Amino acid sequence: MRFTEREIQEALCERHTAAIQEKLNRGRVAIAGLGGLGSNIAFSLARIGTGHLHLIDFDRVDLTNLNRQQYLMRHVGMFKTDALKEQLLEINPYLDIRTDCVRVSDENVASLFKEDTILCEAFDVPENKAMLVNGILENYRDLIIISASGMAGYGNSNTILSKKITSRFYLCGDGVSDSRKGPGLMAPRVALCAAHQANLAADLIINGTAGDRL
Amino acid sequence: MVRINGEDKPLEEPTTLLVYLEQEGYQTNRIAVEKNGEIIPKSCYKETLLHNGDVLEIVSFVGGG
Repeated sequence: MRFTEREIQEALCERHTAAIQEKLNRGRVAIAGLGGLGSNIAFSLARIGTGHLHLIDFDRVDLTNLNRQQYLMRHVGMFKTDALKEQLLEINPYLDIRTDCVRVSDENVASLFKEDTILCEAFDVPENKAMLVNGILENYRDLIIISASGMAGYGNSNTILSKKITSRFYLCGDGVSDSRKGPGLMAPRVALCAAHQANLAADLIINGTAGDRL
Repeated sequence: MVRINGEDKPLEEPTTLLVYLEQEGYQTNRIAVEKNGEIIPKSCYKETLLHNGDVLEIVSFVGGG
């Protein structure tokens, strides 16, 4: 079954209203890291018709990823950028999806996100999270970063929070649950944190700010 | 006094951000620091002096994504 762009737009407008959908169509969101956080953020934003998505990851899908990441058996061995883009286009083939199969570093952080207005940090390693957040806040004037820290384990749903640090820096998670201690990362709680990040991105696209309510 | 992550902390003598972070046990490669709403570049931790009335947010990252 193939739908026209107009049919998909009408379906989205029916759910979201035309005024909101127009804003979402113009949304430009980068997602750095396409694991448990990033793949779930991407699915949420693609489903609501966020017009421009920029997906960044250097890694391939591994069997141990399937406990929490939005990939299927058939994707094991594929680059995450390709496996995710393929699925997002099955939700909405008219989205503008750009992929960069690269490792983000101090060397490329200042140039990689020039086209984006919001960046969701979805890395795994704490040093990489810190590198990206510092790199964005030091090198860009307007780019907003939505980062995450603390989402390992299960239960304790209500300790996952969204927090505004500054007008350009938001942080989701419980701040303490480390994937290297205890039961590791599991689909339900990682998805909770990813939903916080995606929901903040939606709020920022639609309203321009999310700060007054955090 | 300086306000750090919403809590007032006494500031006994002028101290640099780097010394303060090390005293408090922060791993400086896993944090981001905002002072009075501005990011402090990592390269400036050593020269940044904390003053009475400064408001700091020190965000620590843990693993998982």
